[in-house]
Amino acid sequence: MSDPVSALNGAAFSGMASVTEGGLAGMITLRGDLSSAKLKDAVKSATGAAMPVSGKVELSEDGGLCWMSPDELLVLVRYEEVEAKLAEINAGLKGEHALAANVSDARAVFRVSGEGAREVLAKLCPVDMSVDAFVPGQFRRTRMAQVAAAFWLDHDETFHIVCFRSVADYVFTLLSTAAQPQSEVGVY
Amino acid sequence: MSTRLANQGRLIDRSKPIEFTFNGNRMTGYEGDTLASALLANDQMMVGRSFKYHRPRGLVASGAEEPNALVGLGNGNRFEPNQRVTTTELFAGLSAQSQNHWPSLEFDVGAINTHLSRFLPAGFYYKMFMYPKAFWKHVYEPIIRHSAGLGKAPDKELKDADQYEHFYFFADVVIVGGGVAGLQAAKAAAATGAKVLVLEQTNTWGGRAPVDGGSIDDTDPQAWIEKTLAELAAMDNVTLRTRCMGSGVYDHGYVLGYERLTDHTPGEAGPRHRLWRIRAKQIVTATGAIERPLSFAGNDVPGVMLAGAMRDYVVNWGVTPGKRVVVVTNNDDAYRTAITLHKAGVEVTRILDARPAGGGALMEEARQLGIRVEPGRAIAKVTGGKRVAKVAICAQDGEGGAQEEIAADAVAMSGGWSPVVHLWSHCGGKLIWDEAQAHFRPDASRPPLGADGSGFVIAAGSANGAMDLGGVMADASAAGSAAAEAAGFAAKTGTAAVASDSDEVPMQPIWLMPAKADIKLRMKTWLDYQNDVKVSDVQLAAREGYESVEHTKRYTTLGMATDQGKLSNINGLAVLADTLGSEIPQVGTTTFRPPYTPISMGAIGGEARGEIFQPVRKTPMHGWHDANGADWEPVGHWRRAYAFVRSNESVEEAVAREVTNTRKNLGLLDASTLGKLIVKGADAGRFMDMMYTNMMSNLKVGKCRYGLMCSENGFLIDDGVVARIDEDTWLCHTTTGGAERIHGHMEEWLQTEWWDWKVYVANVTEQLAQVAVVGPNARKVLEKLGGMDVSKEALPFMEWRDGKIGEFDCRAYRISFSGELSYEIAVPASQGMAFWTALLEAGQEFGVMPYGTECLHILRAEKGFIMIGDETDGTVIPQDLGLSWAISKKKEDFLGKRAQLRSHMADPDRWQLVGLETVDGSVLPDGAYATGNGLNANGQRNVIGRVTSTYHSPTMNKGIAMGLVHNGRKRTDEVIEFPGTDGTIYKAKIVDQVFYDKEGEKQNV
Repeated sequence: MSDPVSALNGAAFSGMASVTEGGLAGMITLRGDLSSAKLKDAVKSATGAAMPVSGKVELSEDGGLCWMSPDELLVLVRYEEVEAKLAEINAGLKGEHALAANVSDARAVFRVSGEGAREVLAKLCPVDMSVDAFVPGQFRRTRMAQVAAAFWLDHDETFHIVCFRSVADYVFTLLSTAAQPQSEVGVY
Repeated sequence: MSTRLANQGRLIDRSKPIEFTFNGNRMTGYEGDTLASALLANDQMMVGRSFKYHRPRGLVASGAEEPNALVGLGNGNRFEPNQRVTTTELFAGLSAQSQNHWPSLEFDVGAINTHLSRFLPAGFYYKMFMYPKAFWKHVYEPIIRHSAGLGKAPDKELKDADQYEHFYFFADVVIVGGGVAGLQAAKAAAATGAKVLVLEQTNTWGGRAPVDGGSIDDTDPQAWIEKTLAELAAMDNVTLRTRCMGSGVYDHGYVLGYERLTDHTPGEAGPRHRLWRIRAKQIVTATGAIERPLSFAGNDVPGVMLAGAMRDYVVNWGVTPGKRVVVVTNNDDAYRTAITLHKAGVEVTRILDARPAGGGALMEEARQLGIRVEPGRAIAKVTGGKRVAKVAICAQDGEGGAQEEIAADAVAMSGGWSPVVHLWSHCGGKLIWDEAQAHFRPDASRPPLGADGSGFVIAAGSANGAMDLGGVMADASAAGSAAAEAAGFAAKTGTAAVASDSDEVPMQPIWLMPAKADIKLRMKTWLDYQNDVKVSDVQLAAREGYESVEHTKRYTTLGMATDQGKLSNINGLAVLADTLGSEIPQVGTTTFRPPYTPISMGAIGGEARGEIFQPVRKTPMHGWHDANGADWEPVGHWRRAYAFVRSNESVEEAVAREVTNTRKNLGLLDASTLGKLIVKGADAGRFMDMMYTNMMSNLKVGKCRYGLMCSENGFLIDDGVVARIDEDTWLCHTTTGGAERIHGHMEEWLQTEWWDWKVYVANVTEQLAQVAVVGPNARKVLEKLGGMDVSKEALPFMEWRDGKIGEFDCRAYRISFSGELSYEIAVPASQGMAFWTALLEAGQEFGVMPYGTECLHILRAEKGFIMIGDETDGTVIPQDLGLSWAISKKKEDFLGKRAQLRSHMADPDRWQLVGLETVDGSVLPDGAYATGNGLNANGQRNVIGRVTSTYHSPTMNKGIAMGLVHNGRKRTDEVIEFPGTDGTIYKAKIVDQVFYDKEGEKQNV
């Protein structure tokens, strides 16, 4: 294997919030019956995380499970382990109707943190970013300006954004533009 | 003259003078001035000329309703036309130019139109420009283009210097308007715990109340405003925004807020405008009311102003528009202006009250101050060119005779007040006619309805028709509580405010002054100032048969200017109703549409400009392409290299070089953008057979098959190579533009029709970087990199294998879209660039060159392969393209099968795909039509075919093309004609569409 390279190689911007490309992240798209015991066991053993309810992410030491739709999970694992975890999940799902695919390289991830983080996202996504409405552990698939994106908030007030790799440049410039100094809205 | 007063001016800071220019003249104002008040303080009453007659026009209003005073603001990349001076805050260095004048504001050639006005009646444009036909292009249009329009468009070479952004916000209750009604509604709503957002379009809170006076909770309005603001600001659940206009109300409680952040401090860092995109559970429109002008002759002469506006100028900015003022009214409110002017030391020559008995307590107050009040009197006409000079007075109940003429330099008029019902109406709120107030007000029983069938907008205060302070405050309290309750919060008591009612005599509707004004007067009586519509125009429209107010609006252009008839609407439809002999409610109003006042294009675009105007999708190798001469071509949101152009060659030469090299040596194509969809499940085979026209369920694991997809209407929508991955899994390649579309197509069928089939689809397009390694040396370069066996035996044509090439884990496909020996190698996207580099390095000795999409197109056209989007256009079926071999006859069903059996689809007269070769080797123009004999019903030549793809083939060294031709397959060797748009008639022979390697030997080695 050649050295894998993420879309923007860790690019960063700092303004009313900090924006950082998060490098390579292991991600598996899993489609199946989320209520199946077999599937729950498979993803729990692969990530250590419990099955999230709708609109949530369940995070573990080095992985997590994001609720994407009634029959889809985004499984977060360490990038180096993605193929092994994929095999593990597939083995666990033997005989079950499901589809698991490595999508790590199809994605780019960004972290947005700092006081202005909520407002930066509220400039780009039609989501209620108020402190009461968007709490740690929440996971949202949405639109970021003109592209699809998803994000969750961790317990350190950092937002983790997932988008398609091909639009990494666009999303980074969007986030940097929204985080321009002196563009604080002053509501969050 | 208009001038600054020694006293008054609650909003200005006289210790902070500000310099600005108007038409290049240096002027001075104060901090807190609007451009309007500062112009008046500098005796600049005339600020522009009207649209049609170029009549001198002055300030009429003091706020968003101003129709006349539009200027070009700023310079260079911050120039903006049509800026309303009444809503422009003064700042140091402001530079404004008046509009619609030539050569100058003071002397305007177009003003001659005013003397021709009897030749320019309503509907003039429609009547005049019908005949003769040729006049339109050569005479009328150039003249109209010169004289029409308001401000000048900004220089097209310059780009807006500022930044803009959007902001999404969610609230339980959004209150539009920060006057005392809005603040009181906010207080009542916020007390329940609801999340409240208050939007105020100006930079000050409280609206008109501090100007109009009265008392709220036993204190003066200003003190009450400050106290209430402080209370609201201290609450966590309240957000207050000034300079933020509630611009529109839309379905489902969607509200647009237009925030002007740096209009008053241009050049300051940060966004200039921010568009708030708000979701509200409930909306309270506390948008106030707008005063109506009175319709008398000369009511457009600069110096004639709304009475309320004149009061604003005195109280807010310490400016009087005149020294000798005549007040004319049909209601008590205008007496406040007279009293205010008098107390400020301005001479109020006369109060003309059109009501026979005059007014109430305020009239008495005015009389006691010594102001002469004349009930039952009216203005016959105002004279003066660029400034009010004389006012002719007559009886209201007459024709305008027996006039007394008095000298005056300003007229304050009041025709009553109309609630601002715009935001209530935007989403369907209905209105009722209030006979007593002679205005339309919101009908609370017919509000805009949300998804649940209940109302989501509540009007409050004077926007709801409450016309005195006591009524306003009570109504606002109720509205705020009701909104919070409707949003799911329990109402709280103890927040109501009590204000005194003033003792006013009812107004009397006056739609024409004097009541029986003759035609000479009516032709000088303006309804719509900006669009130059007069009483006589509306009357003419009615006589010509216009009954609908919507038609009359368009015929006369009443209310169609940038102010959208804020002043003219009610007066215009009252005149129409009167002329038609019907009641005003029967005539009705025109439709109110957002935005309330124009908002900037920048705000609408938000962050989407420059580099992020649109997303650009980039493959992992994009950077290399960019650094190596890529001539970019957009394909969907992707950018693909059209060709890799070297220095000292043209794009065409680069394409030819790439074609030749790929045929002779080795070419590399970045094919990462091709769609890759995984289809998996126990029913996947059955699903694949439905999706594709040909059989896919019997494809062997390890093999590939070219497939076609049709819509249920039978038309070809996509094509690509399908690979069988394992027993349950297929991988479908789609076109670059088709990946998301076909993914959605598959999901739609699975979710809506075949929801019980065990099939999942995943789009893994971007997971993989894919490189086409093409040409006689393709195998050599792969073998040099080492790894998996890519020999003909181990990896035959139309098969795939997983393995390793060099250090790269990959999936290798033996497929060819070029007719050459060809592999497509997919590697993880994160290693795509490294793989590309490895191929380039290893390929040096084999003559490697990257190639772009145009080379790809030529290679496929030489082989006669179709391209979705070239040979197809949504009306083409596979049978047209000679692809019947790819349509299964064994399958019971597939999408499009039934449609393709319909008579028109099976018609032998459908145009068929053929190859085309020009007789002289030239290139056929793209999209050209082939002409046949005779003419069609429109007198045009009959067409018998069209070009779908056309190129210069470097391999054949001649023009080659494909096209759809009537009876095409039977016409081989026939020469048909294609007239070009250049006047040339191109002649082409119908040939086999496969120009190169007809036997397909080269790809199968």
